[in-house]
Amino acid sequence: MFTTSIVRAAALSLVLLSSAARAENVLRWASQGDAMTMDSHSQNEGQTRTFAQQVEDALINRKPDLTKVPGLAVSWKLVDPKTWEFKLRAGVKFHDGRAFTADDVVFSFKRALMPTSDLKDLISSVSDIVAVDPLTVRILTKAPDPILLDEITNIFIMSRGWSEEHKVAVPQNYNGGEETYAVRHKNGTGPFKLDLREPDVRTVMVKNPDWWGLKDEPHNIDRIIYTPIKNPATRVAALLSGELDFLLDPPVQDIARIESSGMFKIERAVSPWTIFFGMNSGRVELASSSVKGKNPFADIRVRRAMNMAIDVNSITQRIMRGFAQPAGNLVPPGVHGYDKSIDTHLAFDADGAKKLLAEAGYPNGFDVRLDCPNDRYLNDEPICQAAVGMLARIGVKATLDLKPRTLHFPKVQTKQTDFYMYGWGTDTTDAHNHLYFLAAPESVSNATQYTDKTLFDLINAMAVEIDPAKRDLLIKDASTRLRDAYSYIPLYHPEIAWATRKGVTVPITLDNLPHFAYARFGN
Amino acid sequence: MSDAPLTTPGTLWPRFRRSKIAVGATMVTAIIVLGGLLAPLLASQNPFDPAALDLSNSLIPPLWRAGGDARFLLGSDDQGRDMLSALLYGSRISLIVGIASVIFAAVLGVAVGLVAGYRGGWLDTLAMRLADVQLTIPAILIALMVDGLARAALPPATHDAVAIYVLIFSIGIADWPQYARVVRAATAVQKTLGYVSAARVMGVPAPIIVLRHILPNVLTSVMVLATLGLALAIISEATLSFLGVGMPPTAPSLGTLIRIGNNFLFSGEWWITLFPSLTLVILALAVNMLGDWLRDALNPKLR
Repeated sequence: MFTTSIVRAAALSLVLLSSAARAENVLRWASQGDAMTMDSHSQNEGQTRTFAQQVEDALINRKPDLTKVPGLAVSWKLVDPKTWEFKLRAGVKFHDGRAFTADDVVFSFKRALMPTSDLKDLISSVSDIVAVDPLTVRILTKAPDPILLDEITNIFIMSRGWSEEHKVAVPQNYNGGEETYAVRHKNGTGPFKLDLREPDVRTVMVKNPDWWGLKDEPHNIDRIIYTPIKNPATRVAALLSGELDFLLDPPVQDIARIESSGMFKIERAVSPWTIFFGMNSGRVELASSSVKGKNPFADIRVRRAMNMAIDVNSITQRIMRGFAQPAGNLVPPGVHGYDKSIDTHLAFDADGAKKLLAEAGYPNGFDVRLDCPNDRYLNDEPICQAAVGMLARIGVKATLDLKPRTLHFPKVQTKQTDFYMYGWGTDTTDAHNHLYFLAAPESVSNATQYTDKTLFDLINAMAVEIDPAKRDLLIKDASTRLRDAYSYIPLYHPEIAWATRKGVTVPITLDNLPHFAYARFGN
Repeated sequence: MSDAPLTTPGTLWPRFRRSKIAVGATMVTAIIVLGGLLAPLLASQNPFDPAALDLSNSLIPPLWRAGGDARFLLGSDDQGRDMLSALLYGSRISLIVGIASVIFAAVLGVAVGLVAGYRGGWLDTLAMRLADVQLTIPAILIALMVDGLARAALPPATHDAVAIYVLIFSIGIADWPQYARVVRAATAVQKTLGYVSAARVMGVPAPIIVLRHILPNVLTSVMVLATLGLALAIISEATLSFLGVGMPPTAPSLGTLIRIGNNFLFSGEWWITLFPSLTLVILALAVNMLGDWLRDALNPKLR
């Protein structure tokens, strides 16, 4: 076993050394799991988006502090309550040399609305998009959409010509296991060009000297090399031995050790994320349970008992070592509509939970499978293990099924799970995003299948309410209602901690998706 | 092998008593085996029962360090598992997997070897070429492949329950050629000896000749191989579990414990990985030394 890891470490360092010609500024970074695909419309997932935002631009981009800045659109205005008009940037070229026009914007939005796109729910308010002239587009919405500008920061613009040439005019069907040209290739207008893509091995990007934003953000990064390193200890070893300049996810237990070396800076921030468990209450019976003919999770007492059985304070203190805030609500801090007063988890009470289970007709508990990723969230595996122990104490026998993210997420997105770990970070910095994606029955990210007409009406109402005060009230009602349904077990809001080598600056982004155009070598 | 008198178990005992290495290695092995056997009685906690673990007891250092706790003599891991209990139960799993896979490999290998050696001809050629092919592939790769196939074929809910059988099968199936080759060679020699010809002339059926007359004469070499193989099998199990394809974290073997502890090497919680590693090293070393001694003792040329 030692030989394997030595060989692997040697191979890794060779790879890193050989490509790191010191004359240019090479940013070498790592995190635990790779992007799922290079087709940015195919998956709405953190790491996939991180890669997209280096290579591609949206009409409106986000800065590291998540404020909106002009991207491929230079200005925008509301023509009527349901129509936005965008003036596009002139003289922009894609990496393959094709000129950027309004036609590419129309193409990209239509592509993102196709059935195989994972972004279609995000811009479901869009009814049409039209090119007025080569540098003007109009987006028409079904009803007034107060957060359209926030939503479209996620729609990256692809070239129509390139997509049609490579037969990728339709997004990759990820859950169907489809392989297309766009899975390993990317052609954007952004600060970096995708140079080499080897999934789960390494990804190399090179500076785009013709990037339109270079005069505002004159970065000095010539090359970015990304290496996924699943094992936490190996990640830290790679950082400490000088093989990395930036580590996105240092294991919380090793942060003190990294800081004490004196070679690295640690930056911390509470992120607008919530990590939680979902319980599938919509199924007639649970596929993984021996309880037949009924679904234990359909009973609110069972869901409440499950919430009471999980000791979130122990998880945040012991496993996350204080690098997380206990969560009671799915809407995280840093998001518009966050309310601290409803962000408290049900008090930990194993005996009370047991009583509730008995009342619901399960005095001896029941069995169920807990689906967890093992390479997505910091400490996902030990947290799930600890949850299995906590549930065992109230008689719920959970079997743990740990899978890499590429196998875990499709299970959730196709709702083929009874009980699962999941996390949601903001796409729009607005509570509607969390509420819609985690509670709307049609959302691919909601495998709880919990149905409550009043809740959905509230969520739909906030999507079109223009009056801010009325809208805030709707958000509060909806998030309280969702919390009190206990269809989820909120666990914690993670803190981001980034480790960078001294001499390199990577400004921390609250959504935990680094933006290397804002990074610098030197001071 | 020649016609020289073979060492029999009867002449082994006095030699064993005189060898300090043999006695020492046996004692160490016996202590670990006993610890594993009596784990439910000795351990303060059942580390396989998730309900027995309490997160508030996590990461307690060993008793002699500041912050130690008498309930956790060797400290506790990130889930609040008592390391000593985990070691006792973990060595039990490691030993069960080791012994069972050696028995599996030996039975399969001896059967193939006996048939190939006695019958000869195309059957012999086929069996030995098959063994040659398998020997060119490292055992750990075969074990990884079998484990991967089992994972794909079995539903995840049952996988944890059958993990131990999958391990035994994958390690056993990787090791049979060793036994087959040795037994085949020995059988081929025995076959030409007078007592076999005599039995054949008397009309004793072939299966009886093989089982009653040849098998006892080739067993000494199998014994040596099996003892040496046990140490290897224990290490194979640890390797697979360390790579995350062996025992699940909810029922950890020594390898699984080392893998978990590996994540805490930089953060100062060294006891999570050190104690399982030490146990594994001591166990493998003791069994190996015993096997070495047995090989030397049974080899008439080294006397």
